[in-house]
Amino acid sequence: MDWFKRKKGISGNERKSIPDGLWVKCNKCNEIIYRRELQKRMFVCPKCNYHFRVTSKEFIQYYFDEGSFREFNQNIRSVDPLKFKDSKKYTDKLKEAQKKTGLNEAVVTGDATIHGQPVVTAVMDFFFIGGSMGSVVGEKISRAIDRALEKRVPLIIVATSGGARMMEGALSLMQMAKTSAKLARLSDAGIPYIAVLTDPTTGGTTASFAMLGDIHIAEPGALIGFAGQRVIKQTIGQDLPEGFQTAEFLLEHGFVDLIVARQEMRATLARILRILWPINGENGKSREKLETAGAAANPEVHSDNSSPPGTGRQTAG
Amino acid sequence: MLKKNFRMILDFEKPIVELEKKIAEMEEYARETGMDLTEDIARLTKKVETLRKDVYSKLTPWQRVQLARHPDRPYTLDYIQRMAGDFIELHGDRYFADDPAVVAGIARIEEFRVVIIGQQKGRDVKENLYRNFGMSNPEGYRKALRVMKMGAKFRMPVISLIDTPGAYPGVGAEERGQAEAIARNLLEMSHLPVPIVIAIIGEGASGGALGIGVGDVILMMENCWYSVISPEGCAAILWRDNAKAPQAAEAMKLTAPDLLEMGIIDRIVPEPPGGAHWDYDQAAATLKTFILEELRRLVTIPPQELIEKRVEKFARMGYWKE
Ligand SMILES: [Zn+2]
Repeated sequence: MDWFKRKKGISGNERKSIPDGLWVKCNKCNEIIYRRELQKRMFVCPKCNYHFRVTSKEFIQYYFDEGSFREFNQNIRSVDPLKFKDSKKYTDKLKEAQKKTGLNEAVVTGDATIHGQPVVTAVMDFFFIGGSMGSVVGEKISRAIDRALEKRVPLIIVATSGGARMMEGALSLMQMAKTSAKLARLSDAGIPYIAVLTDPTTGGTTASFAMLGDIHIAEPGALIGFAGQRVIKQTIGQDLPEGFQTAEFLLEHGFVDLIVARQEMRATLARILRILWPINGENGKSREKLETAGAAANPEVHSDNSSPPGTGRQTAG
Repeated sequence: MLKKNFRMILDFEKPIVELEKKIAEMEEYARETGMDLTEDIARLTKKVETLRKDVYSKLTPWQRVQLARHPDRPYTLDYIQRMAGDFIELHGDRYFADDPAVVAGIARIEEFRVVIIGQQKGRDVKENLYRNFGMSNPEGYRKALRVMKMGAKFRMPVISLIDTPGAYPGVGAEERGQAEAIARNLLEMSHLPVPIVIAIIGEGASGGALGIGVGDVILMMENCWYSVISPEGCAAILWRDNAKAPQAAEAMKLTAPDLLEMGIIDRIVPEPPGGAHWDYDQAAATLKTFILEELRRLVTIPPQELIEKRVEKFARMGYWKE
């Protein structure tokens, strides 16, 4: 219930960010690694395969074609609708986060390509207030969905988030409904959405767009869940099982399709897209022709919005 | 007015209850002795009314949270019993189990055949263990969705009653995809081709509440709260002190008037004086009137337009600058 309790751990989590200095110690196996070496390896430990948390900038660099990313809606910024203040003012927290990350908000959205295939993407950034979702994150993701729908290109969301942003109260909660409602439209239009889940993806983010992909891909070892581990432990009064809420746990329980190492992610996304959404069509058919043929053969896939209740719509999503 | 066998009186209710007790005693005394106390009783009755108005017109957000959680407050089944005819409860998500924290079924309300879903708390310890304090597992969300989809199939509008301290944070819940279950409901409710009327009748805690909370109209009873986290949870994280819950409640803007102003809810449903727990019948009658008004309006809208409007409604939520 109090999924945001996870945020308590964020100060600890933030220490898991890419450390400065020439040498870096692995969070998992304690190996001391030369920073340059780690950078070359996309911040994956050469000894134990631990995937360090990275910023949105690195994800963009690793997952999409070099230089292909074109950001949009960069200048949507948070306001402070609740005039929220605990020990600090929310507006001050925002300013600090902006200064620290060089970003305006916890998600970056844009057009990009993967092995030449155009996509629309939203890449979250854990280092901006724990990647928490407030009005701006919800709005930017919604607009990215609109754009994918309009351009008829696949959507890829790279999730990393502690959940909803408490300082915006119920407004942050509503972003879950907002993004999910937009995804319903995308799904009804038959456009693919791939969710890439990275460490950590929790709370309201998981309980909305992160779990609504046609395909879910996770980075190895990523923490993925709904409730915070502290809350669960308190509730059940027991220790949690080994590997609880990891990517591997979700794969075992059927909520993730694939676990893919960071270095393999771009190639894997490209392979999936080539099958789900071939840009040059198949057997010489154009994308449009392919879609028309598909729609004729399987009307449920591109369900007509005027269909009567209880038919095509029910299978969408 | 005073509900019999009530169990709990909130601090701010005490002066009112004391006065009412006194009036009752005087009436008793007058009856026994034959003395005429009419004037005194009338004076005190007037006083209690003034006091009631005074106390309830300036409730703090934290006091409203307490009213929303009042152990005598009417729950989902209390409303269903009073609002609907021929309610048939349906069970199970068809995948794993039946979740007693969520009630789902079919019924009639005046001219409508409807699906009703809602979170159900327990009245005592035993019942609460059975209902899991109204904290749903994934099966609860999946049961709700199954019955809503059946409703859509037979063109029956959906009424959803929200009253939960949150989705259940357990190991099994995570294993069986609590997040996926909630997310799925958000998406499916967004494009369900029948009218959906939501009413928050008690506590609306975070994703656990929202998981049955996407609809065409969001009603909220006067003394409820709805937010992204409980005031205690918020206080624990941001103030690092659970005892700061009253401050957190203030800061979170979680009351009905706050949410109306932010465009998160559409209408506030007035409660009987002192709160819904003082008069179940009146509370249910008012809620029923509101729901019927909305249903009569919504059924005239073609399904596709209904869905478009529903998506746009949620798309408008939020504040930003650019
Ligand atoms: Zn390592």
